[in-house]
Amino acid sequence: MLEIKNLHARIAEDGTEIIRGLNLTVKAGEVAAIMGPNGSGKSTLSYILAGRDDYEVTEGDILYNGESILELDPSERAAKGIFLAFQYPVEIPGVATMQFLKVAMNEQRKARGEEELKTPEFIKLVKEAAASLQINPDMLKRPLNVGFSGGEKKRAEILQMKLLGPQLCVLDETDSGLDIDALKIVSDGVNALRSPDRAVIVITHYQRLLEHIVPDTVHVLYKGQVIKTGDKDLALDLEANGYAGIIEAAA
Amino acid sequence: MNMQTKPPHTAAEKAILDSFAEIMGQLPGDAPVTAARDKLVSAISSDGLPTRRVESWHYTDLRNLLRDVPGQASGAAQQVDPLVRGSLVLPVVQGQSAEIRAPEGVALSSYMELLASGEAVKTLVPRGSDDLIGRLNGAFVMDGYSFSVAADQAIEEIIEIQSTQSGGQVHNRFAASFGAKATATIVDRHLGDKGQTGLSSAVTTLDLADGADVTWIILQGCGEDDQRLAQLNARLGADARLKLYVINAGGKLVRQELHVEAAGEGSHLDLRCVNLLAGDSHTDVTLTLGHNVPNTTSSEIVRNVVLNRARGVFQGQIRVAQVAQKTDAQMACNTLLLSDDGEFSAKPELEIFADDVICAHGATVIDIDHNHLFYLMARGISEKSARGLLVNGFVDELIDELENEDLVEALETLIEQWLADHG
Repeated sequence: MLEIKNLHARIAEDGTEIIRGLNLTVKAGEVAAIMGPNGSGKSTLSYILAGRDDYEVTEGDILYNGESILELDPSERAAKGIFLAFQYPVEIPGVATMQFLKVAMNEQRKARGEEELKTPEFIKLVKEAAASLQINPDMLKRPLNVGFSGGEKKRAEILQMKLLGPQLCVLDETDSGLDIDALKIVSDGVNALRSPDRAVIVITHYQRLLEHIVPDTVHVLYKGQVIKTGDKDLALDLEANGYAGIIEAAA
Repeated sequence: MNMQTKPPHTAAEKAILDSFAEIMGQLPGDAPVTAARDKLVSAISSDGLPTRRVESWHYTDLRNLLRDVPGQASGAAQQVDPLVRGSLVLPVVQGQSAEIRAPEGVALSSYMELLASGEAVKTLVPRGSDDLIGRLNGAFVMDGYSFSVAADQAIEEIIEIQSTQSGGQVHNRFAASFGAKATATIVDRHLGDKGQTGLSSAVTTLDLADGADVTWIILQGCGEDDQRLAQLNARLGADARLKLYVINAGGKLVRQELHVEAAGEGSHLDLRCVNLLAGDSHTDVTLTLGHNVPNTTSSEIVRNVVLNRARGVFQGQIRVAQVAQKTDAQMACNTLLLSDDGEFSAKPELEIFADDVICAHGATVIDIDHNHLFYLMARGISEKSARGLLVNGFVDELIDELENEDLVEALETLIEQWLADHG
C-alpha cells in the first residue's frame, strides 16, 4: 500500500535536512509502528505523508497504491484515503465541529465521485461514532477542538478517522497526553478500524500504546533513516534496553 | 493676517443644496421644524462637507469621497422576507413607512407624524459642528418610525425595521425607547439595489430605561454603488444591557456612527461589529462611548475581512468620566487582510479621567493561519473551501454569541453567501 523509497526531505524555510534516505514499505492490513529517539524525524515523516508544504522532498519517492503522491496537496491525499491523526490537533475558533465534519466528509465523497450525505444520515453516523468513543455530544457543539482537553482532542481525531474511513492511517503520538482509560478507548477505536485492506502507521515513543495496538512490524527511525526493522518483540527490546545498542550496531 | 477663504462648493455639495431647494416644500413639519431644517442646511452650505482636517472625519474625507448625489427616491423598491421568519416587519420602502399594527406592549407611530406635528423638533439638533450626518438627516428627514416598549414587556418576536432602497435619496429617522426591564431584539436592516446609485442617511435614537435588555442588530446590505451615512445614539439607564451588532456587507461609501452613553450604574454595552469589505469601497465605523457614572462595563470587538481594494476604518473613542470609577472597557479590532491592495485603519482613543478603571484596547492584522489551513486540508477539504471556512469562522465567532439560534443561523448564512460571492 505504501512504499517510501530513498526519501530525502528538508525544511523548506532553512534547508535543514531531516529525512535522509528513508525506506519503508507498509502492506495492506499491516500495522506498522515507528519508534525512535527525539529528533529522529518521526513527526516530520507524518507531515510529509500528509503533504505539509513546510517540507520539501529533494530525492526519492512516496508511492501510495503504486502511484506517487508527491505532487498532491493535503486535501487530495486525504481524499485518496490518507489520514493523519495529529499529535497536537489544532484549535479553530468560529468553525463548528459538526460543520467541519460535514464539509470534510462531503468534500471527500465529492472528490471520489460519490453522492453527498443527507443531513439526517450524517447526524446518525456522527452520533454512532461518537458514542463508540465515549464522546459527549455537547463536545461536538463547540468550535473545532476549542476548549477540548488533551484526551478529548485525541478522541476527536479518532472520531474523524472513523467517519472518514481512510485506507492509510498515520497516528502521530496519539498516546501522548492520554490517561490509561482514554488510551484504552482510543486504542479500541483504532483496533476496530483494523482490516485487511487498511494499513496503520503508529508513531510512538512508548511500548505502552503497542500493548493495546499490537503492531505487525516495528521500525526504528534514527537521523531520518530506518535503521532497524523487526516484529513486536523489537518494541519490547527497545523498552528494556533503549536505543543505544541499535544505533551503535547500525553505525 | 491671512483671511481663510472658503473653497467653492463641490458638485456634491451643490447637489445637496439644490435637492433641498427642490424638496423643501414637500418635507413634513410645522414652522419650528421648517426653521430647524433651514438652519441645518445653511450650516451645510457654510461649512461644506467635512474633510480630513475635521478630526472625526480624518479617515473619511467626505468632501472628497461623496461624489454622486442622486435626485429624490421615487418608484418602488423590492421588499424581501424578514431575516428571521415570523419577525414583525416595519417596512420603509424608498424612505416611506407603512401603517403597521403594533404588537401588545408596543406603541408605534410614523416619524412623519412626529415631524408634521412638530413633536420631533427637539430631535433635529446635531451633536456638534462636525455632525454632518445629523445636519444632513435633520434637514432632509421625511419619515421613519418611532416606537416604545412598555416597562416589563418581553417582546418575543423579532422586530425588523426593513428599509429597502432602489437608488435616489432617502433620509429616515428612528426612535426606540424601552421601558424599565423591557426586553426586545431588533434587526435594523437597510438594503440597496444593485446597479442603482443611492444616497441614504439614518439617525436612530435608542433609550434604554433601567434594567432594559436589548439586542439591536444593524445590518447594512447596500448596493455596490450606494452611499450610506448612518448614526445611532444610545443611552443606557442603570443596569441596562445593550447588545449592539453592526454588520456591514455592502455599499460604496459607508459611515456608521455609534454614540453610546452609559448613563446609569451597572449598565453594560457589548458591541460586535463585522465589516465585510470588497471592491473599491470605503467603510467607516466610528464609535464614541461615554462611561459617565461608576460601575459600568463595555466590550467592543470589531472583525474585518478586507478583499480587493477595499478600505476600512474603525475609530473607537472611550471616555471615562472622573466619577466613573470601576469602569471596565475592553476594545479589540482584528483585521483579516486578504488582499495586498486593501487597507484598514484602526484608531483607538481613550480619555480616562478616573483612576480606578480597566481600559484595554488592541488591534491586529492577520492572514489565514497556516496551521489551521493545513489541518482542514488534511481532512480532505480543498484549499478554497478551507479558506472559506476559516474566514467564516473568523467572523462567525462574534455571531455565535447571540442567543437566538434562528438569528445566528440567518446571519451566518448571510455572511457565508457574501463571502462566496466575493471570495
